[in-house]
Order: sequence, then C-alpha cells, then structure tokens
Amino acid sequence: MNSRKQISTLRCIVGAVALGMMSQWVQAADTIKVGILHSLSGTMAISETTLKDTMLMLIDEQNKKGGLLGKKLEAVVVDPASNWPLFAEKTRELISKDKVAAIFGCWTSVSRKSVLPVVEELNGLLFYPVQYEGEESSKNVFYTGAAPNQQAIPAVDYLMKDVGAKRWVLAGTDYVYPRTTNKILEAYLKAKGVKSEDIMINYTPFGHSDWQSIVSDIKKFGSQGKKTAVVSTINGDANVPFYKELANQGISAADIPVVAFSVGEEELSGIDTKPLVGHLAAWNYFMSVDAKENDAFIKQWHAFIKDKKRVTNDPMEAHYIGFNMWVKAVEKAKSTDTNKVVDAIVGVKVPNLTGGTAEMLPNHHITKPVLIGEIQDDGQFEVVSKTDKLVPGDAWSDFLPGSKDIEADWVKLKCGNYNTKTKKCSGQNF
Amino acid sequence: MTSLLRGCLRALTMLALSLLCVLPTAWAEENVGVDLMAQLQQFKDGSFDDKARIVAALESSGDERAIAILKSLLAGVLYYRKDDERVVIVKESDDAYQLTDVLNGESLGEAERRDVKKIPINNALRGQLRGALARLSLSHKNPAVRLEAVKEIIKDIDADSVPLLREALTKETDDKVLEAMRTGVAMMDVGSDDKAVRLTAIENLGDTLLPEARQHLQALVEPGGVSDADIRFAAAQALAQIESRRQVYDFLETVFFGLSLGSVLLLAAIGLAITFGVMGVINMAHGELMMLGAYTTYVVQLLMPNHIEYSLLVAVPAAFLVAGLTGIAIERGVIRFLYGRPLETLLATFGISLLLQQAVRSVFSPLNRSVETPAWMSGSLEINSALALTYNRLYIILFSLLVFVALLLILKKTSLGLQVRAVAQNRDMARAMGIRTQWVDALTFGLGSGIAGVAGVALSQLTNVGPNLGQAYIIDSFMVVVFGGVGNLWGTLVGALSLGVVNKFLEPWSGAVLAKILVLIFIILFIQKRPRGLFPQKGRAAEG
Repeated sequence: MNSRKQISTLRCIVGAVALGMMSQWVQAADTIKVGILHSLSGTMAISETTLKDTMLMLIDEQNKKGGLLGKKLEAVVVDPASNWPLFAEKTRELISKDKVAAIFGCWTSVSRKSVLPVVEELNGLLFYPVQYEGEESSKNVFYTGAAPNQQAIPAVDYLMKDVGAKRWVLAGTDYVYPRTTNKILEAYLKAKGVKSEDIMINYTPFGHSDWQSIVSDIKKFGSQGKKTAVVSTINGDANVPFYKELANQGISAADIPVVAFSVGEEELSGIDTKPLVGHLAAWNYFMSVDAKENDAFIKQWHAFIKDKKRVTNDPMEAHYIGFNMWVKAVEKAKSTDTNKVVDAIVGVKVPNLTGGTAEMLPNHHITKPVLIGEIQDDGQFEVVSKTDKLVPGDAWSDFLPGSKDIEADWVKLKCGNYNTKTKKCSGQNF
Repeated sequence: MTSLLRGCLRALTMLALSLLCVLPTAWAEENVGVDLMAQLQQFKDGSFDDKARIVAALESSGDERAIAILKSLLAGVLYYRKDDERVVIVKESDDAYQLTDVLNGESLGEAERRDVKKIPINNALRGQLRGALARLSLSHKNPAVRLEAVKEIIKDIDADSVPLLREALTKETDDKVLEAMRTGVAMMDVGSDDKAVRLTAIENLGDTLLPEARQHLQALVEPGGVSDADIRFAAAQALAQIESRRQVYDFLETVFFGLSLGSVLLLAAIGLAITFGVMGVINMAHGELMMLGAYTTYVVQLLMPNHIEYSLLVAVPAAFLVAGLTGIAIERGVIRFLYGRPLETLLATFGISLLLQQAVRSVFSPLNRSVETPAWMSGSLEINSALALTYNRLYIILFSLLVFVALLLILKKTSLGLQVRAVAQNRDMARAMGIRTQWVDALTFGLGSGIAGVAGVALSQLTNVGPNLGQAYIIDSFMVVVFGGVGNLWGTLVGALSLGVVNKFLEPWSGAVLAKILVLIFIILFIQKRPRGLFPQKGRAAEG
C-alpha cells in the first residue's frame, strides 16, 4: 500500500513538472483559459478520457468560430489520476496558478466533493457533467448531469406504469451514489404504496464478479407471481458479469427487466451485448436519438476523434450543454469574471442534442428530457419512452425527510440550502 | 378484455380461413398474401401498441409464413427498405446487408446500412412474440421445441391457451412434454368449478417445482382464496410438499455456487501455491500473469473469429506459454537476484505488476476488451425447475480440478517434479546431488506462472478482461494459499473450496460485502491459532 502511495506522489511530481513547463510557454498569448479536470489514468480513465476529448473538440470548434470575446480559448488539461485528494490539488493549481476562467470536470461524486471546498474558497467555476445523487447546490458549481428526479424517479415511473412492475429489487454498488439514490427510491416507492416486503435492497463491492447467489435470489424474489423489475445502480465493470449471469440463469428482459443508471453506450462498447438485449437504461441522451443537432454532433465527434466506431454518450451531451451555456453567459456578461458569469448564466437557454432546449435554473441544475431506452444487439439504445416536457433538475429530493423542506435558489435567496420551514439558510454552501 | 378480443378475432379468422378453403386455393393464397403485406406495411411506423395488434393478427392468420415473420421480428432482423418501404429480412455480412423478401423469400441483393431501417420492438412485444411463437409451435416435430413452447405458455397462462394445450395433449407422445402440458392444464383447473377436478389439479401441481405452479397454489391458500376447507387443506399440503423439496434443491444450489466460487479461487491460487508455496517467492505480479492469460484469450479470439467454439481450447496452451515465458523472464531478470530477501521481492514484483498493467493499457487501451463466450458455455443445465447449473461455472469447476490433477501429477510423477521438491526441501543438498537448481527455479516459476495464465483463460469467461483484472484476485489467491497451508497443494484445494462454500452460505444471510469481511476475519483468527494453515508441512521442509 505504501509503495502505491509513493508511486502516486511520484506521478504527481512528474505531472506537476510537465504542467509547469507547459504553462510557461503558453502564457505569452492573450487567451481565455479553460481547465479540463478529468482522470486520464487510473480506474476512472475508462470513462473520463472521452470527456477530455469532448472538451478539446468543443473548445477547438469555438476557436474556429472566432473564440470568445475576441480572444482564443485555450484548454489546460490536467490529470488527477483517479485520485480524489489530487482532484482538489489540481483544482487549486488550475484556479490560482493557471487562472482558468472555468473548469469542466470530475466524474465520481467523491471527486466532486473533494473539489467543492476549493472552488468555493477560490471562487472558481466548475461544470459537472455526470448524473449524481443530488442533495447539493453550490454557488460555484453547475450540475449539467441529471439529478435523481431527472433519471431515477422517471425510470421507476416507467417501470410502474408501462411495464407494470409490482416488486422491486434495488441493486447497487456499495458507495454514496447508489446508497442515496436507493434511499430516495425506497421512500418514493413506499409513498406509492409498495409494501416493504416487495422491495429487496442489495449492495455489492466495487468490481464484484461472482453474481451467482444474488441473481439466484433475484430470480426467486421475482417468481412470486408479481411482475418484478430490477433498478440497478451497479457501477462500472461489475455490470458485465451481472448481465452475463442473468442470461446464464435464463432470466430475460421480458421476465425481469433491469433498468440501469450507469450503463451507457461507452460502457456497452466493450462488451458482448447479446445477453443484454431488452434491458433498460434511463438517460437524458442516447446516441440513437433522431435529431439534427445530434447527427451534427456525432459527425463532428467522428471527425475530431478520427474513428467512426466511437460512440457518444450522456455525459458528453452534458458537457456540450454546459460549455455552450458558459459561452453564452460569458458573452452576456461580457466578462469571464466568476461573479458576473454566475449571475448571467441563470436563465440561459441552449439547444440540447435531443431536439429540445436546456435552461440553467436558479438552483444551478438544468432542464432535461428523460429518455428510457432498451439495449439493442448493436450496443445502441432504442428509445421506448420519453417525457413529454422537460424536467427541471431538483437539487434537494422531495422524498427524503431531511431534504424535503430545503430549496436552492441562487437568484432570489442567494442560498443553496434554504430551509423553507425555519426560513434560514444553513451556511453558504452544501 | 384483450384476451376476449383476441379469442373473438381468432374465431373469426378461423371462420374466414375455413371459408377460404372452399374457394379456389390460388385466389385464397394471393389474398392472404395481400393481407399479410398490408399488415406488414403497418409495422414500420406503427406504435408499439399497433405492432402488438399486428402480431396478434399475424398469429391468428394461420398463414405458414407468419411463424417465419414473427421469428425474424423477435430476432431483430426484420427491416424495411427506405426507398420502397418493402419489409425485408436482413442478414448481416461483412460490410453490407443481404436482403430477402419477407413474404416469398426472394433475394433482393445487397444494401447499405443506411438504406434500411430496423423495425424496433420492445420488451412487451418480445414477450408477446415468444408467447405467439410458442402457441404456433405446439405441434412442432421436435419434442424439445414443443417443451420450450409449453414452458413459455405456462409462464403466462390464460383461458385462451388452455384449449390449445388440451388439444395438443391428446396428440402428444413425449413424456416430458406431456407432463409439462398436464401441469399447464392443472394450473387452469385449480380454478375450475368442479371440486374433484380441482383436487386432482392440486395434486398434480404438488408434484412439480415450477414457480408458476406454486403461485397458483399460493393464491388458493391466501386469505380470501377459496372457502372450501378440503381444497384449502389439499393446497396447503401440496405447497408444503413443494416447499420441502425446494429447500433441498436450494441447499444443493448454494453448495454448487460455493464450489464454483471455490474453483475460481483454486484456479487463481494454484499457480501461487507453486511460486509462493513451493519456492517461497512472494509474487505480487501473479494477478497480472492471469491478466496476460485473459488477454491471450482475447487475441486468440481475434485471430480466429469464425471458430469461437474452439478458441478456448487453443487459448489454454497459448496462455500457458505466454504467461509461463513471461514468468521465466521475470524470474531470470529480477527474482533470482532477490532470493531470500522477501521484502525486496515483494516490492520488485509489485513494480512488475504495475509495469505489466501499464503495458497492457498502452497496447490494448485502458478499456475492457470483450471476450466472447462460446455457445457451449452459455446457458444452464436444467436439472429441474428449481435447480439449474450454469454451464460456464460447471466447466470451470471441472477445468480447475483437471488443472489441479495435472499439476499434482507433474510434481509427483515427473523428474522435474522430483527436482522441484528436492530443491524446495533442501537447496544445498539438491545441488550437491547434481541438480541444476537455477534451471529448476526458472522452470518452477514458469510452471506456476503458466498455470496463472491458464486461470486467466477461465476468468475471461466470468469477468471483465481489462488491465485491473489481476488486482481483484491477488488478495484472494494469497488468502487461499496461506489458509490451506504454504507448500501443500491439497491444502490449497481444500482451502479454496471450503472458503468458496462458506462465503456462499454466508452471503444470503449477511450480504456480499459483509460475507467477504467475515471470511477475512475468520482467516485472521484461524491464522492466529494455526499459523501454518490447514495442512502444515511437516518435517525438515517446514524449517526451510
């Protein structure tokens, strides 16, 4: 363990030196700097590298259009190496040393929580592109991924109404996002009249690969006569053996459908999707969506990455929206100053990739459509349900006793954590 | 309501068909063709509800081609051509699509991907299609198909299907299918008005293990089920009978799960039992050697894409060679300078493990690679409806035992084995006897590493093939070797299997996370009591 720490510090030193050298020769020109804070090594590199490339593409595109406020944009890429404390260090470096105007980054909730105090202390801007568990709203963070009411709750509604699910398995990896989401979902299901014996909750360690007994339990749980559905917050790698085991034990999507919140096109591109066909995922964007913005985006992505087989996914769309919102807000404020941009960005509307518009709300979340897709054998999703209207992101869940009365509003209340009962803002941030 | 409608529809079409039979056949066929054609056209832009209606209509049309159409819709190969909206069956070849007309099987040549659009289906439709196909294939030639069909019908039995089952029952000759059909009919009969019929039905259901049968019985005994005391009693008895039999099978299932987890542990640990147990080298790169084996499987599959069935048979020796040679290189390059310095060995091999991981990241990308499972390893061996053993696990249990026996034979029966044991027991003496200890060291390490590679082939069928594959198993492997007794292969076998079974019995009771922790705590306590593991080496070797 010790030697691992040594290695990561070593990596950190090498990274810092390389970065220092980089920032020296670029400081000459007058540019607006944009920080990209995504892990390029370590376990999260699988997901985050793509987002770094997306940002580079968006910045490149903006520069071709003539930059911003007459200046060129310049990307400052750092590698926090899937190491949570390093995220905070790199953020500090980006804001105080490189003086970036905004940071686009983070994937896991724990990395965001590690960055949060730093962006607030140094008054920076962070655009966070991944679906998360909610229960947070900071003045300095913009949440362009889905809040639970934009992904989990609509997915459960779909299963309840269209699939007719009566019994529920909430399966997740054992960490903060699944635990919070499942708490919200459990409260929601109970509010809808589901009895506690009809809910089964199961947590497994990261990278769990021996799913035999859990799948067998799910099978038994599902054979009691009522339609059963699995809501999966299983993260990352562990999904593949899970779905394989489902298929091997003869559970098809028609018998017990699984709706996943962490399985997207990128995750499916590394696996054999035949056993997964018909299982569901809930996102705010699918690559297969038929919209002209989406076609253009995919074309641009393929041209930029020079690989026609690369897929697009939901967090990429979130960065697309977040970046365009930031550009619009800077143009509106005629400045990249944090306070001015924070004031200007609320209410900004930009097109999303599914043919609608995304609007930045006073709680620093955005409006999104919710799509439910069924996995196809080519690794893409077929949309089977779409919300009629855009769903506004809710920072504080209405289904948890602690957060029911809390509201976030950075325009009128200037507070991310306002208790409507006690009429008090509890502290400046989360 | 819908079932009523469907019933009406079916009756109507039956009538229509019988009328059609009277008419000149040519005309009738053409007409049905036109009819089918019209329905198919609605497929392409109808909503899922529309499609469900069309599927129902197709099912009851009695047209022979309906089965083929429904099958291809279920398989997801039904497309339509964008320019003339003709519905076609698509067969994917290298870069283009081969089109065939869905109605007359006429080949329509090739098309570009963009020229055709798939007709999408959803889960509800998939379920309906399976049901429809099942009802249509009740009179199929192959009894296995018939059995599947009956099982599919039983899953979602309704008053409509029962007459079909009853009719098929009179013609059925295969015993298994007959039994399944009787169960299906009995499921409906438990709700009959005739008490005698009900009681026989209940008795019939008591003999099966189908979860659906249990549900029907459960519904009877639940408060508000039936008022008749005799029926309640019979149902309760039948349920108890089912329950006691299920418990036995549940127990067997858990044992199987445990053995299968144990066999994975065994595979992961057995190579380490050689390098760590016999040679005393703490090899932190052991997991990465397994990873190399798994990547070898991936490469082998890339090289023989048309023979996935045999790829694993090729991958086993290939992985043994790749990992074994890497092992020999590690031993010759690094470890031989560090014998007798465990701490340095640990650090050096940990460094090698990082090197290997990063090498794989650079060569194959950090993304996981998809290794296909051959058809003979997918699915499960159904013993009865309460107990099904998945093939991949079954094969891996057998495979791990095979590897174990092979290793045992090598150590006990070959001259290399003799030399290995001699060197392990007393290096100086072995040298004095003319054994080239350095050469033996390299070969032993290569053997242990090669077996790790072989384990990697098995793991590629169970988990993700990615750069982190090895890390997940290194702790487990050390745990097994230490628990079983260092230097004792039998200890490794018993240790692995018992840890697997214990883990699986704990899991339902405590959850997967806690089960793992409990096992670790148990091992810590066990090692306190018996520091040399289950089967400690005795005699002089133990001092070494």
